[in-house]
Amino acid sequence: MAKITAGVTTSHVPAIGAALDNGKSGEDYWKPVFAGYEWTKAWEKAQKPDVVILVFNDHASAFDMNIIPTFAIGCAEEFNPADEGWGPRPVPVVKGHPDLAWHIAQSCILDEFDMTMINQMDVDHGLTVPLSVMFGQPQEWPCKVIPLAVNVVTYPPPTGNRCWMLGEAIARAVESFPEDLNVQIWGTGGMSHQLQGPRAGLINKEFDTAFLDDLTRNPERLRHMQHIEYLRESGSEGIELVMWLIMRGALGPKVKELHRHYHVPASNTAVGHIVLVPEA
Amino acid sequence: MSTTPRINIHEYLAELEDIPGTRVFTTQRARKGYWLNQFCMSLMKAENRDEFRKDERAYLDKWPMTEAQKQAVLKRDFNAAMDEGGNIYFLAKIFSTDGKSFQYAAGSMTGMTQEEYAQMMLKGGRSPEGQRSKKEGR
Repeated sequence: MAKITAGVTTSHVPAIGAALDNGKSGEDYWKPVFAGYEWTKAWEKAQKPDVVILVFNDHASAFDMNIIPTFAIGCAEEFNPADEGWGPRPVPVVKGHPDLAWHIAQSCILDEFDMTMINQMDVDHGLTVPLSVMFGQPQEWPCKVIPLAVNVVTYPPPTGNRCWMLGEAIARAVESFPEDLNVQIWGTGGMSHQLQGPRAGLINKEFDTAFLDDLTRNPERLRHMQHIEYLRESGSEGIELVMWLIMRGALGPKVKELHRHYHVPASNTAVGHIVLVPEA
Repeated sequence: MSTTPRINIHEYLAELEDIPGTRVFTTQRARKGYWLNQFCMSLMKAENRDEFRKDERAYLDKWPMTEAQKQAVLKRDFNAAMDEGGNIYFLAKIFSTDGKSFQYAAGSMTGMTQEEYAQMMLKGGRSPEGQRSKKEGR
């Protein structure tokens, strides 16, 4: 049987990808950003996940204003890195796991989550930067990836509670997949940041720290946090944190924190990263 | 199961307008900015970027955008572009075409110089104090 063995979250700042791609990760500005992922890189090497369900948001790359799915699951064999305006990132093509992806899609729909199924989708920095910080710069990514794109751009995004419940449904779907697979679920985006308007540059370390703490200590608070609180406290793009709750919902009521990293700034953003495992 | 109380959509939308210095991308803005944002998406193709660079005005005139939208693009006034319904992730295609970073573009919207903005970020970013609510002044 397939099983979700761990949950990982990370910010997906495009500049982190650019720093790595342009050989700048050793510079003083970037060193502390990457240092916080060293533990996880070693841990991932030992864990050898077969599949990562990677929750991210598309940043006007695969989806324009014509189609705006709330939850879209990538069911294709592979996904190409997107050209976001300066050419595609020089990273490997992302290989999917269509059997598991279709299984999750069907299972979630029967579980009353109306998923959008995607067969053709280029994946932008929201998906490839997390792979880069966790796996470095390999010739091929070491696992299959099921992209799960969440709309957090056009309002309203899904509520935190809805994200949490989708995570629970994904966990049920994975557990009913007959093949033995080591599956991780990653939530990406955040932490506090605002990229627009006169309020750009907002960072709220207290909010971010409490959010990281409450993933283990008081997830019910996070589950019921309203959009307006994310916006006021963590900046307009801090709303991406609802995606972390899909990861958290999939891990069950109790989790243990294995590793944490928090650093300000990476470009406009507070970088947050945490590794959690489910506890019985 | 959920214990979240039902959200009142009118209160929800009103609150989104209560955040200082922020234009939340509501469906109202999305409708207004549809062609502006679709123009931005076209810059994801290298040949379109080349054509835009060659004659920006001529390229913009191929799109059913308002004059205010076109002026905002030509002036790279991203606050004005957002007032006209632009979304920052779509507008990013413009400054990416210019070879500018997200930090440059975000900084340009604050009235600070690029250097001042970068310094603010290095010092831990902008505090949320006084930036949370217009009506409550907190």
